[in-house]
Amino acid sequence: MALKAEQSERLGKLLAERAEKIAKRWAEIAAAPLKGRLTVAESGRQTAELQAQLQKALADGAADLRSAQTTELRAVLTELSRGRARQGFTASETATSIFALKAALYDVVDVEKGGESALRDYVAWSLFIDELGLFTFEAFARAREHIITEQTEQLLELSTPVVKLWDGVVAVPLVGTLDSARAQVVMERLLQALVDTGSPYAIIDITGVPAVDTQVAQHVLKTVMAARLMGAECIISGIRPQIAQTIVTLGIEFGDIATKATLADALRHAIRRGAAAARAANREA
Amino acid sequence: MTGAEGEAQVQAIGSDEDVVRVRQLVRTVAVAAKLSLVDQTKVVTAASELARNTLVYGGGGQAAVSTVDNGQRRGVRVVFSDSGPGIADLDLALTDGYTSGGGLGLGLSGARRLCDEFELDTAVGAGTTIAVVKWAR
Repeated sequence: MALKAEQSERLGKLLAERAEKIAKRWAEIAAAPLKGRLTVAESGRQTAELQAQLQKALADGAADLRSAQTTELRAVLTELSRGRARQGFTASETATSIFALKAALYDVVDVEKGGESALRDYVAWSLFIDELGLFTFEAFARAREHIITEQTEQLLELSTPVVKLWDGVVAVPLVGTLDSARAQVVMERLLQALVDTGSPYAIIDITGVPAVDTQVAQHVLKTVMAARLMGAECIISGIRPQIAQTIVTLGIEFGDIATKATLADALRHAIRRGAAAARAANREA
Repeated sequence: MTGAEGEAQVQAIGSDEDVVRVRQLVRTVAVAAKLSLVDQTKVVTAASELARNTLVYGGGGQAAVSTVDNGQRRGVRVVFSDSGPGIADLDLALTDGYTSGGGLGLGLSGARRLCDEFELDTAVGAGTTIAVVKWAR
């Protein structure tokens, strides 16, 4: 909803003339639903900054939020939404801070004395403030999405460690869901660890994977094949009874890949194979 | 016939995360229906396969999970439905090792083996509905 030029001018004038009263009321009303999680002073600083930018935008003749004059106002709104999202406020609590301006304005506009024209102005301003509120909603949602993506990435980093278990044996304990993104990270990490440590054995432990379906199996098989191409032998461990039965019924074949019930079994297997290989090498020498 | 049915819980399938949610929902219901650990794992795995099919081949849809009771046994019933392209050659789709995507080609046929009852209703251009039941032993 675009403001008419004179409406925008009148709102700017009102904001300038009654600045103090509006600022005070706005800060109070905005802080009320936040129940002390943000003090009146903090909330007041934010609303005062908004008020200043709003006044400036209106003085420049801004008619709606898309116009170039509101660039700074939009930046302030985005910053406010982002901050609130990080502090754990809800989207409604954030937008309410903007909508509080309506109540503050209502207190300084005398609709009864001003008659129809004052009412028309007030409705137009309300629609403009709605626009500001919706903008914070969107900015808030974007900020939240950004936070979630960040956390997902952090989790991806966290949840795929490659550990050296023994001389020549590295292991990846998989925990949780193995989707394509994680499978890719696991494969990269494992292959890099094989090169870095010069290990001939790798153990992939799936104890922490609740359901082994064809997608998980396919990712594990690909990782094993890639490790083999680099000359390493892979052992899959952590196959519990229910997983074993499910894999058989599903029809997944692990072929000649060594599989063990526990990580301890897998480690023993790897050490024995390593020792046998060392003896064979000694005899040849 | 599957007998008395409890209230169905519906989970939309529109992303990889939703496949995980379907899995968690099926596991919760399976635990409530007192399925053994092996049967829980089987039905959860079948649900995972079918939910992914719904997502990848059906272009998204939904899963309705409910408990069923035929008077003697309790079980879990999951109905997957999508309004995707449907399956043109059902026999081929149910063949082990056949895939039109990049998977192992075991999902649909494997899911059928993992469950006790398996009903598939599909028509080209009209989407696919698959209902599976796993009974407690």
